[in-house]
Amino acid sequence: MPDASESPPPEPRPAPNSARVQGLYQDLLLAHYRRPRNRGTMEHPDAVGTVANPLCGDAITVALQVDTDGRVRDARFTGQGCSIAQASASMLTEHAIGAMPDDLRRLRQRVDQLLAGDADVVQDTTLGDLHALAGVAGFPARFRCATLPWEALELALRQAPHG
Amino acid sequence: MTFHSRRADFPLLVRQPTLRYLDSAATAQKPAVVLDALREFYETENANPHRGAYALSVAATDRYHEARARIARFMGMADASCLIFTRGTTEAINLIASAWGQANISAGDEIVVTRLEHHANFVPWQQLALATGATFRIVEASADGQVTPEALRAIVSPRTRVVACGHVSNALGTLNPVRELAAIAREAGALVVCDGAQGAPHLRVDFDQLGVDAYAFSGHKIGGPMGIGGLLARRELLEAMPPYHFGGDMIEFVGDDTSTWNVLPHRFEAGTPNVAGAVGLAAAVDYLDALGMDAVLAHEQRLTTLASERLAAIGGVTVLGPPAAERNGVVSFVVDGIHAHDLATILDGTGVCVRAGHHCAQPLMRALGLDATARASFWVYNDDADVDALVEGIQHAQRLFGTVGGDTAIATPVGHDA
Repeated sequence: MPDASESPPPEPRPAPNSARVQGLYQDLLLAHYRRPRNRGTMEHPDAVGTVANPLCGDAITVALQVDTDGRVRDARFTGQGCSIAQASASMLTEHAIGAMPDDLRRLRQRVDQLLAGDADVVQDTTLGDLHALAGVAGFPARFRCATLPWEALELALRQAPHG
Repeated sequence: MTFHSRRADFPLLVRQPTLRYLDSAATAQKPAVVLDALREFYETENANPHRGAYALSVAATDRYHEARARIARFMGMADASCLIFTRGTTEAINLIASAWGQANISAGDEIVVTRLEHHANFVPWQQLALATGATFRIVEASADGQVTPEALRAIVSPRTRVVACGHVSNALGTLNPVRELAAIAREAGALVVCDGAQGAPHLRVDFDQLGVDAYAFSGHKIGGPMGIGGLLARRELLEAMPPYHFGGDMIEFVGDDTSTWNVLPHRFEAGTPNVAGAVGLAAAVDYLDALGMDAVLAHEQRLTTLASERLAAIGGVTVLGPPAAERNGVVSFVVDGIHAHDLATILDGTGVCVRAGHHCAQPLMRALGLDATARASFWVYNDDADVDALVEGIQHAQRLFGTVGGDTAIATPVGHDA
């Protein structure tokens, strides 16, 4: 039988306060929300992925045009969502254009690590604007908002001719 | 009789004096008398009821029956055996949709729900229609979220077998004219099932006078524990219904090849019942009885009106649904340029708890053209300070997002593609 004294009860999650909320809604994230990059419908996509979050009803669609070698030529997104989902989608499209699918899958792992609060990833300069998602780490209820566009991207990549 | 706020009766709110809990439509906080009743039952009378070979089991059985009688009386039902305990509203509606529906609905019949329904009073009927080949029809709501008797009258026909409608909309707070709707449905020969999840916390249910055939409610929304609620229904209806779940307690005699069923209410309560839940819920209804449901309603209507007026006065805030006087305990709203989820997170940072999203009412939100709303809901422990905190929190969010006064020129409208 496990000794109860070896596993102290987990620390209660700190209650959110205004300072942590300010860290979540940093300027860069709000800038992407207000002026999203590559937002809108794509005329002739090679692949489209849509994911909805049944908890909130938000949905994000990522549309791709893909070169014959699998490289993403263009990426656009549409859909409803909060600032975190919109900003994450906006940043995603900036990274996606010109990238190979495996690079994007690695990037998605880095985003997941960023949300988990991984200190190494916070130092990773290749993430660019995606660092603005670091503030989401303290808000588990909002993880899915940040990952929704990346799930849609994965669906689209699997559809792509060379995904 | 009126009262200001009963916050001091609720240990969670006493322990967190700065918390502004505005999500009672999701679940209510529990008064100390309910927590005491749960502990008292488990410490002094816990045993499996209806197996009464010993005094402790007899005591548990007595407590369970007493609880049923007290709760039925609170709900305005004279015949307590027609209160079936369930886990809550969802299970109560599934019980009747499944047990009554499978036995009474066939292809060509019509099943009617309203546009305002929570998924719990929508999906079970939609699926019953799909399973039986019946026609599923939706009574549309007006632009401000009201279902009128005229709208129902235009939908019902001699083929309508059941009309399912909510007492109070969880998404908008709309108080439905249940008596009028029920009269129209019953005139057409249809069964009337009312989702009372948002009615029971605020209104005298008065089941025997309400004119509906069945009424579902959740204990946790009226201060009782989670996992207990009930279905109130007319005796003839229940006695004609086949069982829902099979097992212990619900049987009379089990043969090798066939079985017979116990009397009401046990026939619909298979397995060991949630006695502690029923005891806790009985303590909750006693608590509300002492406050007086008329005073509870008056208190909430005052706060609903106050909050609606103060929110509507903030630039960029739109309060949804009918006028405050026709709503109960709920203020649903949107803020220009700020998604409801972001708003809820920012409000949480200031200690204000609100719900954000589609409120388990996607058919309604679709009809209203909304993706998500924020919802503040009130109960007996709320007061003017809660409304102040809500207003200040929204203004704080507008400053953070740079949309003060609803200046949508700064924040391009998002969420809708042109």
